[in-house]
Amino acid sequence: MSSETQTILTTDGIPLEESLKKAEKKNKIKAFLLVCPLLLFLIITYVFPIGDMLFRSVDDRMVTNMLPKTYKAMEQWDGKELPPEEVFEGFYLDYKKLVEEKTFGKLATQLNYEKNGFKSILKKLKRKMKKFEEGNYKEQIMSVHKRWADVEYWRALKRRAPAYSYSKYLKGVDMYENEDGKIVQVPEDRRIHKILWVRTVEVAFFVTVFCFLMAYPIAHLLATLPMKYSNLLMICVLLPFWTSLLVRTASWMILLQQQGIVNDFFVWIGLVTDDNRPEMMYNKVGTYVAMTQILLPFMVLPLYSVMKTISPSLMRAGKSLGGTPFIAFWKIYFPLTIPGIGAGCLLVFILAIGYYITPALVGGASGTLISNHIAFHMKSTLDWSFASAMGLMLLTGVLAIYWIYNKLVGVDNIKLG
Amino acid sequence: MALPKYTEPHYRIWHYFYIFICSCVFFFLIAPLFVIFPLSFNAEEFLVFSEGMKRLDPDAFSTRWYHDMVYGTKNPWGLAAKNSFIIAIFATLGSVLLGTVAALGLSSRHMPYKGIIMATLISPMIVPLIISGVAIFFFMAKVGLAATHTGIVLAHIVLGTPFVVITVTATLSGFDHSVTRAAASLGSDPVNTFMKITLPLILPGVISGGLFAFVTSFDEVVVVLFLAGLDNTTIPIQMWTGLREQLSPTILAVATCLIVLSTLILVTAELLRRRSERIRGINR
Repeated sequence: MSSETQTILTTDGIPLEESLKKAEKKNKIKAFLLVCPLLLFLIITYVFPIGDMLFRSVDDRMVTNMLPKTYKAMEQWDGKELPPEEVFEGFYLDYKKLVEEKTFGKLATQLNYEKNGFKSILKKLKRKMKKFEEGNYKEQIMSVHKRWADVEYWRALKRRAPAYSYSKYLKGVDMYENEDGKIVQVPEDRRIHKILWVRTVEVAFFVTVFCFLMAYPIAHLLATLPMKYSNLLMICVLLPFWTSLLVRTASWMILLQQQGIVNDFFVWIGLVTDDNRPEMMYNKVGTYVAMTQILLPFMVLPLYSVMKTISPSLMRAGKSLGGTPFIAFWKIYFPLTIPGIGAGCLLVFILAIGYYITPALVGGASGTLISNHIAFHMKSTLDWSFASAMGLMLLTGVLAIYWIYNKLVGVDNIKLG
Repeated sequence: MALPKYTEPHYRIWHYFYIFICSCVFFFLIAPLFVIFPLSFNAEEFLVFSEGMKRLDPDAFSTRWYHDMVYGTKNPWGLAAKNSFIIAIFATLGSVLLGTVAALGLSSRHMPYKGIIMATLISPMIVPLIISGVAIFFFMAKVGLAATHTGIVLAHIVLGTPFVVITVTATLSGFDHSVTRAAASLGSDPVNTFMKITLPLILPGVISGGLFAFVTSFDEVVVVLFLAGLDNTTIPIQMWTGLREQLSPTILAVATCLIVLSTLILVTAELLRRRSERIRGINR
């Protein structure tokens, strides 16, 4: 018996293993080439723009490029007392150029984000600047407005010197870098973003809980009923699923309004008096009710697909072994549905945390979420870098949950309809 | 679901309670949609049931809001509907084409880095729309496609492909690959095999993915809000503006039409799903 192993050759004389590897590699490339068009398309139109958002959120070159001479002169300034004459001169020259180019408005907006009150003193400076004489700019600028003699404003100016900054992220969690370079919280009464974050997570969490509580019984019913009934009832789940989000939100706006049907019903059963109808829209109640109804199908479908695979004989076996129906349910049925619960809850939570349309329409002021705040900064204040920063913080959270979802459920197990 | 005769009374009560809860939830799911339907025939301008409607007085009902929707002066719905259909059709075609090809690659067992690539391809469905909207808006503004149909179609292809990828890979998961090998052994080239063998078999999945992509595009507000100019207004944009400013019954007329449309789509999708399961031999 020979101890050496005989390598198996193909008809071409190449070892089989090598030939197989070659074929595998060819198949791999083939499969990859099929995915390539979509992958490239998404990278260009989607992944790259999100990366661009990241860049935009830390990019602070606008102010840096607008005031080159000022920042050059500021390099030597320690920031303790008023800056020296060179800084004032540099600022005067930079600002004069901006006024000539008619781009000083952008600077005013940007600096006003940093410190309130910058806009007005810049405007005043623009008017008075025409009469400035050469030399001794420090005195002349300081005489325009007393705030120009306030070292705080010059420090604020200096804080905008670096080309990249993470200040937008700090702002997103109600913190800022103070004069000493320490990161501190803003005063209690101005912590608006923290409230928003907490509210967003809270709404997403409770909507998920409500969806779960409502979806579990009906998914169970759908999974255990005979086909012909369950198909009919399934339409009740699928019709809202396929109906336009705006249509569903509109129907809630009609139902929940003060003269609406829900309030009519409450009056009719005597829960409230006619002249004391509760406000159910433009607050959190509206957001909760509408979002729960809209996201409910996303909970029912994964639960249903898991429950469908559980054999009814398991429950019968449990009961025949002496368990009451409740014990049989709790010990046998419920644990088997946990994959479905996980999938449904994560999906609903992910969708709820980034919800925009419904809170914007029925949420009012106390029911708006982070998404609405991002849209507000995109459309109204035009602070796009802040909107990007907020968006990316939200995205990080969502991707973390998505990652867990992928680990637990696997994205290729998502079922639709 | 009849209970056996020997069921003890407290389980019987529990069972009826359970049925009651389920009915409530089904009611909660479906009832809001049916409020819109009668109110869209309201003869008055208010969005509440008038006394006449409660008495079922025929004079309290009219089709004036439907008339207004179609023939109304300075009416935005015509243009919006045209835009919506054009954008949705092109977005669907693009999504189906890219998504199906990608799904074919993804369901090959030779596909390298399957997990991470699949996660990337599905991500537009998971990432909050507002973030997609902001990112795509920056991109389209940079390449000069903001406020164009092309820009919106491209954005909707991004949002629609995950649905196509999911449905087509699901269809392909039960696909018997020996039929394509049989075709190849009989001398068919890969393109011919795909057109004659694979495509007819996965067609239900492809079409239902296409329906998802169509509905996604047809319903989409957030991204269009950022991208659309005055000429690219769509039905959802008009509804959004209407809902924010003043709820007029015309919106309810439009909403009723949309519900009818979604019912048609639902029926089609259900029929396709059953056909697909039959073809793939899944019997439940």
